[in-house]
Amino acid sequence: MNNFSMLQALSGGVLIGISAALLLWLTGHVAGISGIIGRLLFAVKKSDEVIWRVLFLVGLVAGAKLYYLGFAEAPTGREYFPVWLLVVSGLLVGFGSSLGKGCTSGHGVCGLGRLSVRSLVATLIFLSVAIITTFLIRHVFGLGAH
Amino acid sequence: MAKHIVGLLTGLIFGFGLALSGMTQPEKVLGFLDMAGRWDPSLLFVLGGAVGVTVISFRFILRRKKPVLDSRYYFSDETHIDRSLVIGAVLFGVGWGIGGYCPGPAVTLLAAPSWELWAFLPAMLLGIFLQKFWAARREEKNVVDEVAEQNDCS
Repeated sequence: MNNFSMLQALSGGVLIGISAALLLWLTGHVAGISGIIGRLLFAVKKSDEVIWRVLFLVGLVAGAKLYYLGFAEAPTGREYFPVWLLVVSGLLVGFGSSLGKGCTSGHGVCGLGRLSVRSLVATLIFLSVAIITTFLIRHVFGLGAH
Repeated sequence: MAKHIVGLLTGLIFGFGLALSGMTQPEKVLGFLDMAGRWDPSLLFVLGGAVGVTVISFRFILRRKKPVLDSRYYFSDETHIDRSLVIGAVLFGVGWGIGGYCPGPAVTLLAAPSWELWAFLPAMLLGIFLQKFWAARREEKNVVDEVAEQNDCS
């Protein structure tokens, strides 16, 4: 890490926070990505409630596209990373964030923002479990690293 | 209409922010989570920046009785730490620690998908589907059980 990437991380984080604040202030909704996807796929039936969520996801992709076109190269795939491990990881991320009603954005950014104890507990758990998991995968099982 | 524009605009800012912050680089995310390796603390600044803004701004926003374009706020007022929350957070943490992707970056990376995304994203959607399906089944069963119980009493 250098000062530049630190500054990038900080300004990226501030933008994420501003986005969440605008969404809550204007529409009353929480900018939790797993919740937005989950409700799109299953819960919401009224078209009015579908459209803003779809547009939010379109915006997510377009925002990143803008960044990759104008400022930096997009990340390339890790050739060494086992496919089955990615599939397992995807299943767990989907199932877990749906069961726990939130992910990094919903619990981490928005939940902590409104000082929710549930979100604080969830964030502390998934952050520490992820740190332990990365340690096991990389240093104990020697998987998913160069 | 206004709500749709807000959706698109806030999505744009969020997606740009994610890409700028480094959260869409799974290798960087794992470099942050891997404290036993060459630890990359920069993602602390992402969380710090984002939560710093929300903690301060939400205080002011939530003083308003309702949002500008709607009649109510849409977050759960649940406060109980239940089993679903804890188990869900554990499973999510394991998945995040394996691959380095959480849901936001996974969707955002459709802007420039590598081969990895075609393995991760469908699996993630399947995971959400399985959980919702399982939860709906359980709820159905509970209702049936309750009805059975009521019938027992009568």
